[in-house]
Amino acid sequence: MGNKQTIFTAQQLDAYQDCTYFTRKEILRLFYRYRDLAPQLVPLDYTNQPDVKLPYELIGSMPELKDNPFRQRIAEVFSEDGEGNMTLDDFLDMFSVLSEMAPRDLKAYYAFKIYDFNNDDFICKSDLQKTLNKLTRNELTEDEVRMVCEKVIDEADLDNDGRLSLEDFQHMIVRAPEFLSTFHIRI
Amino acid sequence: MARNVNFDLNHPLMEAGLESPVDEEVVHDSFSQLIAEQSQNESPDAYELQQLQRQLDEEGRDHISYLSGPGHNYRERQQRQGQDEWQEDGMQTDLNIGERWSSATMKILSSMPSRTIGRSRGAIISQYYNRTLELRRRRQTRPSIRDFSPSARPSIRGYGMERDSIDGEGTEMTKRERLVNNLQNLSMSDRVRMLRAIPLSVAEKRELRASALQKERRTRSASQIPCCSQLKYYIIIAVRQSWYSWLSFLHSLQLWQVALKRVSGRFGTAVLSYFLFLKTVLFFNIFLFLVTSAFLVLPQAAHPPGLHAVRHSFSGLELLTGAGYFSDTVMYYGYYCNYTLHSSCRDDGRQNISVSNGTGLDCMSKHLSYNMPLAYFFTIGAAFFITCIILVYSMSKSFGQSFRIDKSHSILAMKVFCSWDFKVIKKNSVKLMSENIQTQLKELLAEVNHKHVKNTFCQRLWRLTVHSIAWAICIASTTACVIGIYFFSQHMHQNLQQTSRSPLTSQNPLRYEASLLALPVVVSLINLLLPGLFNLAAWMEDYESLSVSTYVAIARNLMLKVSILAVLCYHWLGRVATDRDNNHLMCWESFVGQELYRFLLMDFIFSLLDTLLAEFLWRLFSTRVLKRRRKPVFDIAKNVLELIYGQTLAWLGVLFTPLLPAVQIIKLMLLFYIKKSSVMMNCQAPRKPYRVSQMTTIFITLLCFPSFLGASVCVTYTMWSIAPSSSCGPFRGLKNMFQAGKRWVEELEKDNPNLSVLARAHSFLVENPLFLFVGAAIFLIVIYFHSQVVDGQRKIINLLQEQIENEGEDKKFLITRLQSIHEQKRTPARRLRSQDSSC
Repeated sequence: MGNKQTIFTAQQLDAYQDCTYFTRKEILRLFYRYRDLAPQLVPLDYTNQPDVKLPYELIGSMPELKDNPFRQRIAEVFSEDGEGNMTLDDFLDMFSVLSEMAPRDLKAYYAFKIYDFNNDDFICKSDLQKTLNKLTRNELTEDEVRMVCEKVIDEADLDNDGRLSLEDFQHMIVRAPEFLSTFHIRI
Repeated sequence: MARNVNFDLNHPLMEAGLESPVDEEVVHDSFSQLIAEQSQNESPDAYELQQLQRQLDEEGRDHISYLSGPGHNYRERQQRQGQDEWQEDGMQTDLNIGERWSSATMKILSSMPSRTIGRSRGAIISQYYNRTLELRRRRQTRPSIRDFSPSARPSIRGYGMERDSIDGEGTEMTKRERLVNNLQNLSMSDRVRMLRAIPLSVAEKRELRASALQKERRTRSASQIPCCSQLKYYIIIAVRQSWYSWLSFLHSLQLWQVALKRVSGRFGTAVLSYFLFLKTVLFFNIFLFLVTSAFLVLPQAAHPPGLHAVRHSFSGLELLTGAGYFSDTVMYYGYYCNYTLHSSCRDDGRQNISVSNGTGLDCMSKHLSYNMPLAYFFTIGAAFFITCIILVYSMSKSFGQSFRIDKSHSILAMKVFCSWDFKVIKKNSVKLMSENIQTQLKELLAEVNHKHVKNTFCQRLWRLTVHSIAWAICIASTTACVIGIYFFSQHMHQNLQQTSRSPLTSQNPLRYEASLLALPVVVSLINLLLPGLFNLAAWMEDYESLSVSTYVAIARNLMLKVSILAVLCYHWLGRVATDRDNNHLMCWESFVGQELYRFLLMDFIFSLLDTLLAEFLWRLFSTRVLKRRRKPVFDIAKNVLELIYGQTLAWLGVLFTPLLPAVQIIKLMLLFYIKKSSVMMNCQAPRKPYRVSQMTTIFITLLCFPSFLGASVCVTYTMWSIAPSSSCGPFRGLKNMFQAGKRWVEELEKDNPNLSVLARAHSFLVENPLFLFVGAAIFLIVIYFHSQVVDGQRKIINLLQEQIENEGEDKKFLITRLQSIHEQKRTPARRLRSQDSSC
């Protein structure tokens, strides 16, 4: 108990519990995971909200993300500054969304952001190309990529504007029950 | 347009775990919410003109700004943090789309309500503001005093007004304030759920939460609440705190966290599902074990009945056979006492020492007595009932998650966006996964490109013959095995009778015990070998679609296992149980319990053998001898079916062996570690796609339907219509087990005539078959209604989907109109500008 008190105040822990899908223990565990990335940067006392940010290089080297082709996008989407440098809050946010408990809507929202490489709030063909290249490690030929892009947009685009909005995306996700189990990282 | 889309505002937004198909429309409701938000900013006309002006200025720059690279993206993102910035978006126009629509149209398009969902912070906040409003309106059944505080107007009265004022101001601050107000007025759990689901960063959520809490505190201190409600408040807080600590306690109990993470990191969701299923089965057993040990084993162990049998010496073979040394212990049915006997009255003495030598009737009449037969009956009954409820619940939940209207379109899109398994973290597996996705994409593309490749008549005929041959082989082998088991068990049974009659048994008890193992070994061997034959048949058939071949494999294995279990149940309940004239078995229940123990153990040993042979040795063989780099693939379906088979045995055996769940727990624990290390060592990630949620649903259904239901039918049959053996067990001397309850009620009536109503109710409810029929009929009717409701919902969903498509068409139509209007407007505007410049 005493140990917990020195890192967070009870109110802080309550707030974190109310805002993420984690229990007290998991929040503490995530804190230690965060701290282990850079023990010299992260203080053991978070009661007065120190302004600490870990650079993307450290976040991306976590075993959970290291080999994920979308690691940079994940970090960018969840970081406040959009460049992958994460505060503890961002870190908790990321794993909360990727946890088992998060509802589909929330997951779909962030998945959309992750696949939206150019941040224009639409998944357009260039985003799709990037996604495909990351998924298949550039193994598909250009022709195939183009065809897949066309088909995907053709299938999922409801208003025929040639790109996928969040709504199109959610509408597609609803019909893919796998999504909930695959968009999930175990801590 | 928005009005048309606004078909249903009463959907369960908050149950937005989105678990049933009913919730699907949640996604589509956002038009109306956002239309309001959108129209609040400026009047559309002014906006359009302004846009047009800007567009004229910027038309040339569009593409340049698009090309300006990633730095621009980040800048844009940061700007987005602040305010509504859809003006900015026009500059982001994609080159591909620019060809189709003019940039002005694109701008209007991208500011359409449906497109702005969740784009800026303001939009998110107001979207969730609307959601909280709706939630509050729905929960408005109990308007409390707090709701009428001046800072937060109750939604029933103030709804329209609030909407109006929002339309007027619409700045982010006020939206935020309103969201906070709404949050404050929600109940605690609703607020937490809402907060968690808002797609904002944690820092912002914390701010929202803090301000909501602060407001709540202020209003509370302002409006002097009576002390009882303050007490209520504290109690709520205390309950919540203890709930949180209970949750974290539960969480710390989570088994195998690290192991599961390693497995999923390497093999992904598919293989993980096997281990999760194993965990589910384990929890069922832990539950059963807790119940039986608390209500049966512990009371009995604390008060052992007089030793009436010779204590067998421990020889080691007992661990395999479960007989001998174990046969007169709490493990088996035969050890448990009944209170109508004189000797067992000592049990009663523990609570009431003064009655140490009472007769059976005296014992029964004591209030503090522990009526073992009754306890036995009700413990098993309650355990089965609760298990049934849990199973049905988890089954329905699983169905809700995986049930979708399977329209074949947008497969490719799903493949692209949903097939990456974020759990997988091992480098090789990541590589393998991207290879798999690549091949799957290629296959899908090929499929899409030539969809209709018709097989010729000859080919179809050939396929049909191959399939029927394969099925014939499988059915024939299964039938042969089942008949073999039937005769073998008969032979063993007669053999047993003879040996028990002859005096030889006492000379060579070891041999006698070893012979008991023959039947389990044969059955387990069949269970091990026949699936191999089935696999061979499937290989011969060469199914094109993977899911079909999986289903076929499951169907065949299931057929085998069900028929084997049916024969065995006949053997135990029809032959051993009714065959007491020979009197070679002192206690047939204990014997059947021992048999089940042996079967369970043999099943375990053979699955170990299977692991060793099929996975370890095969890997060695294929890597060393065949020099192949591929390792074998973990056969999820087969392994899960084995688990289900073992669990059926355990459920069957609980009645005869109350400690069987403990054995099953140990077995599952060992199995987990063995399978885990075998998978880690010998297997590679599956190469084929595997529909996890669908398969999980199927497996849990199988666990419920043939497995649990079959076991409970057998147990009920035993309780209702087989006479228990007369010399052992809690039900000795009764016509059937179920009479224990009846007798108890009769005693009760004798003791206390006032309770005769209860007795009559009991005899009416339990003994009358009519009641059972009525119960079953009601059950069926409920199921029928539910299926009708689901059917109706499916139809509605189809309609809604049609509606969405129509809306899409409408949208397209409107967009083209818009485009043409712009075209017309642009030409005069250009002329105007050229005139300006010439001036």
